Amino acid sequence: MTESLDQIFVTLKHWLLSGFENLLKWLEVAPPDWLMPLVSMVLSLAPILMVFPALFAITTVLERKGLGRIQNRYGPNRVGPFGFLQFAADGIKAIIKEDLVPRAADKIFHFIAPVILVITAFTVYAVLPFGRNMVAVDLDAGLLFFFAVGAASELAVFMAGWSSRNKYALLGAMRAVAQMVSYEIPLILSSVAVVMITGTLSLTKIVEAQSTHAGLLPDWFVFTPWGFMGFALFMIAANAELNRSPFDLPEGESEIIAGYFIEYSGFKFALFFLSEYLSMFALSGLGITLFLGGWNAPFAVLDFIPSWAWFFAKLLALIFLFIWTRGTLPRLRQDQLMNLAWKFMIPMVLVNLVAAALWHFTGPGWMRWLSSGALVVGAYMLLGKPQFESKDIGKRTYRFAD
Amino acid sequence: MLGKGIIKGMAETARNFLGSYVSAERLTTVQYPEQRIPQIEKARQFPFLVFDGDDPMKGLRCVACQICEKECPPKCIYIVKSKDKRVDYKGQMQLYPATFDIDLSVCMSCQICVEVCPFESIKMDTAYELSTTDRFGGLMVNKHQLAKSNEHYRHIHPTDAAASDAALAVEVAKAQAKAKADIEAKAKAAAEAKAKAAVITPVAPKPVAAT
Amino acid sequence: MTLPFAIIAVLIVAAASAAMTLRNLVHSALAVAVAFGGLALAYLYLDAQFVGLAQILVYVGAVAILIVFAVLLTRGGEAPEKSIFSATWFWGLLITVAVFATLAWCVMHSFASKREPADKVEVTVKQIGDALMTKFVLPLEVIGLLLTAALIGAVIIAMREEKK
Repeated sequence: MTESLDQIFVTLKHWLLSGFENLLKWLEVAPPDWLMPLVSMVLSLAPILMVFPALFAITTVLERKGLGRIQNRYGPNRVGPFGFLQFAADGIKAIIKEDLVPRAADKIFHFIAPVILVITAFTVYAVLPFGRNMVAVDLDAGLLFFFAVGAASELAVFMAGWSSRNKYALLGAMRAVAQMVSYEIPLILSSVAVVMITGTLSLTKIVEAQSTHAGLLPDWFVFTPWGFMGFALFMIAANAELNRSPFDLPEGESEIIAGYFIEYSGFKFALFFLSEYLSMFALSGLGITLFLGGWNAPFAVLDFIPSWAWFFAKLLALIFLFIWTRGTLPRLRQDQLMNLAWKFMIPMVLVNLVAAALWHFTGPGWMRWLSSGALVVGAYMLLGKPQFESKDIGKRTYRFAD
Repeated sequence: MLGKGIIKGMAETARNFLGSYVSAERLTTVQYPEQRIPQIEKARQFPFLVFDGDDPMKGLRCVACQICEKECPPKCIYIVKSKDKRVDYKGQMQLYPATFDIDLSVCMSCQICVEVCPFESIKMDTAYELSTTDRFGGLMVNKHQLAKSNEHYRHIHPTDAAASDAALAVEVAKAQAKAKADIEAKAKAAAEAKAKAAVITPVAPKPVAAT
Repeated sequence: MTLPFAIIAVLIVAAASAAMTLRNLVHSALAVAVAFGGLALAYLYLDAQFVGLAQILVYVGAVAILIVFAVLLTRGGEAPEKSIFSATWFWGLLITVAVFATLAWCVMHSFASKREPADKVEVTVKQIGDALMTKFVLPLEVIGLLLTAALIGAVIIAMREEKK
């Protein structure tokens, strides 16, 4: 029962595939060579194309409700039960709105930029394992594929900003590209630690490496000193890659209105939002895969819950974390942003690599905890101190106009 | 230590998030169409024209002096003077506005028209649900829509209305006293003239003392 | 020659010629990015997964961005008023054809072209990793040291605060 529930989607796909084959046989049509792999591919990809946009729709509502609660407001509560159909109203509005293109805009690039952005956002899902045997393409170099496709989205952001022929759009694009290039280094290097330990770039193998239970805690990488630090750095860098608050300088409403998508309206604007949220889910999924044990249950007792349910539960938890930070932290300044990347994250991530190597070569026992942990904590204290220690400038005083 | 402030902030927002579900008094917002916050007395949205008596058009205090039209910063008032005159509340003959339009889409609720009006005839209303489905005609408010009774003014701004009524009462009393003085002076002059005429018949009538 | 290869080849050649002939520098830079992407597709089509993905990561993700940045930070990003093609497209084309002809001639007459094509082998990323860690460990370490030194150098330059 547990087994079949776990594999229900895999079984469904095989069932549909054999059904299609039988149908062709019954019709006495000899399928060409390329047909069956194509059908199989479509059956693998169709759920991704349905589930994640649906999750996007729900997340937009949940995010607005969550932010509202954080600010002691209700959030949307009018459309549908508890306001959960707000996304439908927003979607209809976006679709029926007039699509304005500036006269001076570079029409072709203005059009394809959101398209490329959405395509790259969807493509990375191909290698994410959503559950046991549930990965669309089990690539040998899955992690590399993820980062390679993700890197292409920077160019799309630049295209959107440049083609709009608007100074705010261009400023936003420049900020976005500078930020994404800077934070890609810690993002990739924090994942490299996992690659060093597991010795593989395949995401399914990385998940399998975390499937055992040693003692109280599961063997997830987040429960090691280097893994914990790596996960924290990964999430910060992911937040910056996604241009989400507190790293939302490229679209800072109070400074450059909407940044690189200022000149987009209607459906294209919705596409930008879709791609932003899809990338958020994808990066969260990668974080889960690399550090949080992928689709593994935390305890052996809980193995009866299907693997895909674990993945989505962890995904929702990380989405909540993103919303929570967005509701808490104010936007950074440009120099603070660059300082954080170059003076803290990159040295920290390099130290983290050494800590992972120490962990690997010290061998099992308390020594590895001590050595690796001491290195990570020491580096954190040392690097965090000089630039970020709040200088004592005394209690803030206010002077009011008489 | 680096990150302490972030953790503190996260704890604060988490407390807000959970607290908003537990205690209703945390939620400061009001569910608007169903619940409304009572307005403070000085609230102001859009001007209206005060009238006395029962007939709005006859009782308008406005005398079409056009001071408000000239003073209005965004120039949203449009007045056309009447050709004829009629008796106003003081009992004097005055012009009245043949047309008095205010463009709702331009008005910025600054209340300058109210400040400059010497006749206590334009005041600020508190109604705030002013949207219409017709964005051209519907936002041009004419004098029939603008006219509201003095009772309405007393109802929405009791303190200001009392002050305004008192000022008007003084004006009216002055006007009446003056009228009475005029009548008396006339009567007196007439009587004197009569008396003089009785005593010395061939004398030109003395001019009435200017008041 | 198969159909997918033909499509990829046409894409690369078209993008490269666009990069060479277009007058608007940003258009050229984006065309170069497309050409890089096409090359990556060619590698992937030839079953060289690792090289193909690394090509996208490094060239589309970093080099193309660098070019675009350089164009924007100089004055070349302004849109031209006149024709969309570069004024020197003829000379550019001529030089390109000359270089291509030379290279093609060399390849055709080289020793490599006379060899029989080897059997198709499945190369996994693991094999590449093993080769890098055993046979080519010295070059790898040297490059790794160099790049890490450069990275740390960049960080140290960034760390230095100017005293007032």
